[in-house]
Amino acid sequence: MGATNRRRLAAVALAAATTLLVTTACGNGDDAGDGTITLTVDVFGQFGYDELYQQYMDDNPGVTIVERGTGGNLDEYSPKLTQWLAAGKGAGDIVAIEEGLLVEYKANPDNFVNLLDHDAGELQGNFLDWKWNAGLTADGAHLIGLGTDVGGMAMCYRTDLFAEAGLPTERDAVSALWPTWADYIRVGERFTAAKTGAAFLDAATNTFSTIVLQTAGNTNGYHYYDTDDELVVDTNPAVRQAWDTTMDIIDSGLSGRYSAWSEEWVSAFKQATFATIACPAWMTGVIEGNTGTAGAGKWDIARVPGDGGNWGGSYLAVPKQSRHQAEAVKLAMFLTSAEGQIGAFKAKGPLPSSPQALGDPAVTEATNAYFSDAPVGQIFAAGAKGLKPVYMGPKNQAVRTEVENAVRTVELGQRTPEQGWSDAVANAKKAAAK
Amino acid sequence: MSVQLDARPPTPAAPPGRTTRLHRLSRMDLRWSPYLLIAPFFLLFAIFGAYPLGYTLWVSLHDWDLLGSDPTFVGADNYTALLADSDFWHAVVNTLGIFVLSTLPQLLAALWLANLLNRQLRARTGWRMAVLVPNVTSTAAVAIVFGVLFGREFGMVNWLLDLVGVDAIDWKSNRYASWFAISTMVDWRWTGYNALIFLAAMQAIPRDLYESAAIDGAGRIRQFWSITAPLLTPTIIFVAIISTIGGLQLFTEPRLFHSGPNPIRGGPLRESQTMTMYMFENAFAPYYNFGYGSAVAWLLFVLIAAVATVNVLVIRRLGNGGRKGGRG
Repeated sequence: MGATNRRRLAAVALAAATTLLVTTACGNGDDAGDGTITLTVDVFGQFGYDELYQQYMDDNPGVTIVERGTGGNLDEYSPKLTQWLAAGKGAGDIVAIEEGLLVEYKANPDNFVNLLDHDAGELQGNFLDWKWNAGLTADGAHLIGLGTDVGGMAMCYRTDLFAEAGLPTERDAVSALWPTWADYIRVGERFTAAKTGAAFLDAATNTFSTIVLQTAGNTNGYHYYDTDDELVVDTNPAVRQAWDTTMDIIDSGLSGRYSAWSEEWVSAFKQATFATIACPAWMTGVIEGNTGTAGAGKWDIARVPGDGGNWGGSYLAVPKQSRHQAEAVKLAMFLTSAEGQIGAFKAKGPLPSSPQALGDPAVTEATNAYFSDAPVGQIFAAGAKGLKPVYMGPKNQAVRTEVENAVRTVELGQRTPEQGWSDAVANAKKAAAK
Repeated sequence: MSVQLDARPPTPAAPPGRTTRLHRLSRMDLRWSPYLLIAPFFLLFAIFGAYPLGYTLWVSLHDWDLLGSDPTFVGADNYTALLADSDFWHAVVNTLGIFVLSTLPQLLAALWLANLLNRQLRARTGWRMAVLVPNVTSTAAVAIVFGVLFGREFGMVNWLLDLVGVDAIDWKSNRYASWFAISTMVDWRWTGYNALIFLAAMQAIPRDLYESAAIDGAGRIRQFWSITAPLLTPTIIFVAIISTIGGLQLFTEPRLFHSGPNPIRGGPLRESQTMTMYMFENAFAPYYNFGYGSAVAWLLFVLIAAVATVNVLVIRRLGNGGRKGGRG
């Protein structure tokens, strides 16, 4: 290579390096320079905000909204969110936080804008009391998140499979079949005896989640941790009772043994290989998304066995790292307003946590065409105002993972129920100590 | 007589004062330029390699909640806890199991493939390029596709097994079955890549060695073991080290093989949780224990160094044995 060539190469390399530096330097600027700003909203699952964004952007011409993570799994979302917060960079201007994880984020409130500093205090009346309180730190001085939805409970079932098994298909008749979980098991045994080729339910872990939250809500109000943040997995009768009921379900061979949220689980929806699934309000959107258009009118919604219950529900928070905090807070307030919650409910089914929205005819009289025109408003909203919250301790998510995982090992036949229970207790203690 | 290849016009004699300066400059050039030229690598390595390494070590000596604001220094506590952690050792066994199950057949297959590609073939370049195709596909896509193929109920592998009368295998919650399934993914992706490296080394072996061996009556197999294999030893060591590093850091394949709740566990009983997955589980969700996760990372580093050393020693010994045999 001649000297000229070498010099030319060096010049090219220098130019390339300079370009790289310059582009990196302005690579993360999202302000177009003409006064408009972009607000990023991070969610998981289905929040149903698309139309609300459009409406907000129409009303606020300076704002563009970008949503990330729709349809994503909470297990993938939460580590990402934590990394963003730890790194001080990367999180959206608004982030969704599931109630089970809120406790962990609340332990370090400095990662989030205190919404009380933005006059959010005036909005307290717009939320169910316990939903509002859960967004506050223990001293009540820092409001981390505004409530989105609550997880009012029902049981979704496939009418086509019920008909094939010779069971009633009409929703009130189906509700009457299972006042208690013992009745639910008996119906399941009848269903199995009819040999439709489908399982009665999708996964024992989902049923366990439902029962433990229901039992805890109806008794002492906590499950894995008591209100003093002591781990009580092995001594809380609510947990043991839910465990035993779930073991009966597994023992009766009712579960399809799909791993919830896995690809196989999604396929099982499409192939109609199970007949019932525990159904918090937000699950209706998931069922519709997984089963697809072919399943329209084949699903319906009945009462959940036992008495009510609350599974899940989220909050919207504004990380301190957001460069448009005030604007983000304003958007979060809009999305969690009664109007915003009604819009989300209509789009994807998450049940409002605002009493005004819960009482609004748009919710109470709502029906869902996909679920055979089920009166979802009545089914879910009726019980929602009386929902009893379940207290979540500091390592709630890690402990919950261990206990549900133990359920799963029994379901797959890897462990006997006794082994599973001792695994659940031992691993929960280990997880809580980490 | 030597031939001067880079003939240049003779330089006119420079005035004496300038000569020494030029001379000194050129001596400095000779001495320091090489360092300057290789400096960018070490500069980048210091920033992106050494610094994170040291920082991870620093973090691993702390009780460091990922979201917490003030980590406390705990010395070697994380390491002692880790060495007594059965889940950690379980992950180590999984990692080594999957590593052996994937690397051994992979390197043997690559050698065999390279040997085949080294012959006179029609459209030789086409064949050689084709073996690289699996490697350019995205790991994530491969893992997801294989994850579906190995599904318990709707998977194609179980469907094929069913055709020949074998019962369905629960690939995702049977420890050894999941090791096997993950190994097939690794093999599928990397065999062709390693074959190309072997092929390049094989082509550097002088033809006349084979010709004289053929005259001496050595067949193809004898030629391979007596000429190709020993002369390939340095390449095999290189490939083995690279495979060790890659194999022990296995993450994407086993992680995406599992979907559903907490896929980072690699199955309900951690059937195929590798060390990197265990590191991730502890450093991030659901534990957010950054110090503990960093300690796992450091022990992984130690393990890789140990396994790579063992590999090199074993292969060098094998290679020497072969060379002795080859040279008689």
